[in-house]
Amino acid sequence: MRLPSSMPAEQALGQRRIGRWQVVGLACLLAALLLPFADLAISTPSPRAVFAALGRGFLEPDFRAVSQLGQALVLTVAIAFAGVAIGALVGLVLALFWSSALIRTVSLCLRGVHELIWALFIMTITGPSAPTAVLALALAYSGIFAKVFAEILEEADPRPRLALPGEGLSLSGLIYAKLVPSLPAFWTYFAYRIECGIRSSAVLGFVGLPTLGFELDTLFKQGQYGGAAAVLILTYLLVITLPLWLRRPALPLYVLAAIAYVWALPRLETSGLGLWTLISRDIVPAPLRNGAWADPAGWEAFANWLWRLISQQMVPGIVATLILGLFAILLTGLIAILAFPLIVRALTGLGGSVFGHVVLVILRSTPEYMLVFIGVQALGPSMLPAILALALHNGAIIAHLIGRQASQLVPTLRIDRPHGVNLYAYELVPRLSGAFFAYLLYRGEIILRESMILGILGIATLGFFIDSAIAELRLDRAVILIIGMILTTAIVDQASRRIRRMIGAQAVSATACR
Amino acid sequence: MTEPLIRFDGETLGYGAVAVLADFRLAIAPGERVALLGRSGAGKSTLLNAIRARLLVTGRTTALVPQDHALVPILSTYHNIYMGRLDRHSLAHNLITLFRPFPRDRQEIGALARDLGILELLGKPVDELSGGQRQRSAVGRALYAGGEVLLADEPVSALDEHQAPAVLERLLSAFPTSIVALHDVGLAASHCTRMIGLKDGQLLFDVPAGQQDPDAIAKLYAR
Repeated sequence: MRLPSSMPAEQALGQRRIGRWQVVGLACLLAALLLPFADLAISTPSPRAVFAALGRGFLEPDFRAVSQLGQALVLTVAIAFAGVAIGALVGLVLALFWSSALIRTVSLCLRGVHELIWALFIMTITGPSAPTAVLALALAYSGIFAKVFAEILEEADPRPRLALPGEGLSLSGLIYAKLVPSLPAFWTYFAYRIECGIRSSAVLGFVGLPTLGFELDTLFKQGQYGGAAAVLILTYLLVITLPLWLRRPALPLYVLAAIAYVWALPRLETSGLGLWTLISRDIVPAPLRNGAWADPAGWEAFANWLWRLISQQMVPGIVATLILGLFAILLTGLIAILAFPLIVRALTGLGGSVFGHVVLVILRSTPEYMLVFIGVQALGPSMLPAILALALHNGAIIAHLIGRQASQLVPTLRIDRPHGVNLYAYELVPRLSGAFFAYLLYRGEIILRESMILGILGIATLGFFIDSAIAELRLDRAVILIIGMILTTAIVDQASRRIRRMIGAQAVSATACR
Repeated sequence: MTEPLIRFDGETLGYGAVAVLADFRLAIAPGERVALLGRSGAGKSTLLNAIRARLLVTGRTTALVPQDHALVPILSTYHNIYMGRLDRHSLAHNLITLFRPFPRDRQEIGALARDLGILELLGKPVDELSGGQRQRSAVGRALYAGGEVLLADEPVSALDEHQAPAVLERLLSAFPTSIVALHDVGLAASHCTRMIGLKDGQLLFDVPAGQQDPDAIAKLYAR
């Protein structure tokens, strides 16, 4: 049933509303109970030495490998532009047919699989080339674009179309009265996603594709901390200077240049045979291959195989993902609420707020995957580095958003407002808590999705089992585990929507989140 | 008497389950110019929508001037007017027009825009227009669409006393049959052939234009 529009949502949901702090309390309680099951070990012999070496690397960054780094930098940007643009185009076509359940399912699967997983999969056929990275980005992003573009189209004013002869049911009517008015919103979202795409593209290097992540991975593992620091510095510069050169009128030009550049690179020969083997044999569950599906014994073997896979890999992977995610979300909230005053001048003064901005920018700009990578190198593959890195990165993002709002809020307060800690505790935190929870829930969904992927770095979440299965070329197992991953993502989205309604937090528009 | 174009025989009209006009009876013959009068909320828009739905079913071509204009904000005035004939051009023609209008269409729309006094606005996005200019753009779209029946909801409410009669006459003369919701009784009397008064979902009067009873008009707008 639809609620009458005159009734405010809060009032309508009044009976079921639970206090925000009660939800936080429950989450903390749950975390305390789960603490014994969280793997927080430090397994490297000398974590301090690694951090110290990286610190020295930052003091003396080694740009000698700059020719190689330059190539990786250009490729990172080119792959991002090409992949995101192709994804946007495919997503637009999918969005036009959003009323079809098949299309909605296809795009759920496309976006439910992280681009890193797509890349691992595609690489089994094509090897680690730039077009592989473009394809992986395009696949994951097309699903995301399809959903967001469909939402934009749904919100388009229906009246111009209804006013046309024949109620504008033709394709021309759709284009003129619905698609064209939605173009500005499409464009804004596309420009935002280009930024995300550049970070994603850099991270694709960690699975062997030729972008900045690959250089970081190699240099770090060779102990060349000066070179690794140079890669990180290049990444910051790239992300920080984005607003300077990512001008909208120039975007089409960048996209065309990027596609041409990637196209012109030498390619590995791939035959259709690889794809055919993948579909016809590799992803068919092993017990059912070679005609065994016609035999009841084959199905019995399949049931055993599936049960082992689910009980030994999928469920432990999902549980680890959820535990890791829960800890990371709680720590993110703590960091955000403590760190946002850093950039509020009324609280920290001019010098303090400049320092705060620098710290937050560095934490925000480093792709979270890179932070976790560094953490894992220093502390070993437990949940600890993942929780710390996810919380630092996402906490800095939320602190930035809340801090910006707080800075705008301060001049509007009464003249005799309190100062210092009292201003923070009595004026700012209460007024901003709604926005804080909205952002935390939104980033929480992202944290859980990232937690699954971080398995590729060796932490025992779902991504770890998927990565291992693909590395052993057991693609049948990988497919089943990926289905588990898509389902988990869908359930997390549902749960987040429910919590949001329960505590009366608003949805955050996707473009307002960095 | 000729076969009526549209006939309601004691029907209930409204949105979804909400009845606005109950047990409603009305017949309109081809060639009539019907003015719908009444305060806002009396059921004029509901009646226009019901008539449009009925005409769509019977395959009549209609042109619509909605009260909220229903223009596409980022498109130019030219393109908004052009949209009146989207269904009569091929998809390719429509797509090319988005980037570069064809000279023949441009001539026709230009002539129409000159009549409405919006010729110099054709290149402007409609969200930069004033309320009156937008209204004339919506009128232009209906004129360009053409058809057997005009259905207009307050098509000249935002125009001044000089423009309103001229634009209304230009609009009505382009269609064999017109049904127009108006708030100006004078305009209705001078430009239409029949006047229908609606109040609280009831038919208050239905008279040839010029024979309206001043008392009935007063009652129509009374609270």
